[in-house]
Amino acid sequence: MTAAIEVRGLVKHYDTVEAVRGIDLTIEESEVFALLGPNGAGKTTTVEILEGHRRRTDGTVSVLGLDPERGGRDLRERIGIVLQSAGIEPELTVREALRTYAALYTRPRGVDEVIELVGLDDKADARIKHLSGGQQRRLDLGLGLIGDPELIFLDEPTTGFDPSARRRAWALVSSLRSLGRTILLTTHYMDEAQALADRVAVIAAGRILAEGPPGALTGPEGELSTTIRFRLPPDVGLEDLPGRFADAAVAVDGGVEVTTGQPTTMLHALTSWAMQRDLELEQLTVTRPNLEEVYLALTARAESDRG
Amino acid sequence: MADHVPVPRLVWHLVRYHNRIFWRTPIAAFFTLVFPLMFLALFDLLFGGEIESGPASISVAQFFAPSLAVFAAATATYSNLAIGTAIARDQGTLKRIRGTPTPPWAYLASRVGSAIWVALLATVLMMAVGVVAYDVNVDVERVPAALLTFGVGVGAFSALGLALAALSPSGDTAPAIANATLLPLAFISNVFIPIEDPPRWLDVLATVFPLKHFVDAFQDAFNPFTADLAFRGGHLAVIAVWGLSGALVALATFRWEPRGGERAGLTRRRAGSHR
Repeated sequence: MTAAIEVRGLVKHYDTVEAVRGIDLTIEESEVFALLGPNGAGKTTTVEILEGHRRRTDGTVSVLGLDPERGGRDLRERIGIVLQSAGIEPELTVREALRTYAALYTRPRGVDEVIELVGLDDKADARIKHLSGGQQRRLDLGLGLIGDPELIFLDEPTTGFDPSARRRAWALVSSLRSLGRTILLTTHYMDEAQALADRVAVIAAGRILAEGPPGALTGPEGELSTTIRFRLPPDVGLEDLPGRFADAAVAVDGGVEVTTGQPTTMLHALTSWAMQRDLELEQLTVTRPNLEEVYLALTARAESDRG
Repeated sequence: MADHVPVPRLVWHLVRYHNRIFWRTPIAAFFTLVFPLMFLALFDLLFGGEIESGPASISVAQFFAPSLAVFAAATATYSNLAIGTAIARDQGTLKRIRGTPTPPWAYLASRVGSAIWVALLATVLMMAVGVVAYDVNVDVERVPAALLTFGVGVGAFSALGLALAALSPSGDTAPAIANATLLPLAFISNVFIPIEDPPRWLDVLATVFPLKHFVDAFQDAFNPFTADLAFRGGHLAVIAVWGLSGALVALATFRWEPRGGERAGLTRRRAGSHR
């Protein structure tokens, strides 16, 4: 099986600004991949190079086996693009717009099917200028799907959505995934990446800082570590803990919190110690940092490195 | 290789799409179709009458109707294409189209096709109103020359309209530039009132630009004093040279995104909004 998207050493300069500085990416078929990053991190530039809207300065790029700079019509039959900001003639109705764009593809989806898919049934014959911002964004989504693409680019697809519209959009993405479509989305909502993506990459200052399944992403070395929390029985104090806990353990809210880069060793030491003394450690938990914490730590690091 | 929707079908489909948008933009329809007719009515009131020429008398509208028809055709192509394309670029429609299998030139061809269709309507409407209401005569012998002149003229003014769209910084400035170029030119090109004994420099100036050649050649095809079939190769050559130059400028400078669109992401970063 070949990868849907294969990027090696991608670089993009605008005049003197390096927007993308050496990105490698592999996105498999039928995968939902999220690019996370602050504004100006290079997300949109990267995606627009993959879509064929921008020329790269350096590197190799393959999208569905084609170079997007030369893929032309063959590639565009097979991809669907939902841009961050792209208007549509305000005087047309939803149905007319979808019908117009459907006619540009060889094998489009049905117009009514797409209208239903994006939940614009009751607005199908309304002029686009009378739609709300969220409804226009849903039409954007519909226009990206009308060609029945194998690969869909979603650039911040739910920005400006109310919570229920976001849930619907997420359900739509999930259903596209179950149909075997490959999806590359950019977002700065952590919950969105967490809910939708099989894998995420955190990008800042034009580089990928971390990549992996959203639950397994790790922070910059030594900064974000696993947290062990527990309660000590009333007659046991912090000073009774084994030596290696002396520096690491902190009293928090009547409990103890230990932050460590070696959770296995520490947990082993802690539980052996407790068993020897026949102590029960109440409310013992081990937590990894969540995606948002990892993201914030990574991007803060990137900002300070650059500054 | 994947098969594609045949290009002629794509263009035809998009021409109909642009036509629909034209009819739903009443201001464009008004200025292109109705406004020139208002001039015809007004000029007839102001300068109306008959020119005595031997046994037959000729209505003044015999000269106004063709020149106003040319003005309408130039508005439909040059102004409407420049404004419509620049606005579509600002809206992001052009960028969206580029993400579809439509070849860019097929999209532009459809815009031009729609503009020429509207120009044809405006011209036929003007001449028809002239014939019905203002005693304009159409000599069948010279209709081929009128059609040829019309074809070369709208082709050239379409190319110039696309060039203007390419050079306009935004959709807001395109109407201003279109009006500021077409209207003064119309005044010195005998569109409205023939200027009696213009200063030499004004005459030269008007002769440099294509509109006067378009007007003169088209008027000749309806001028009862014309002795030949009214094919005006010299006029048409000047118009064609302008058209080709416009096409070259459009090709070299056409943009599919608003100015600064490419760097919009970077601009936002400078504005310092981090999330």
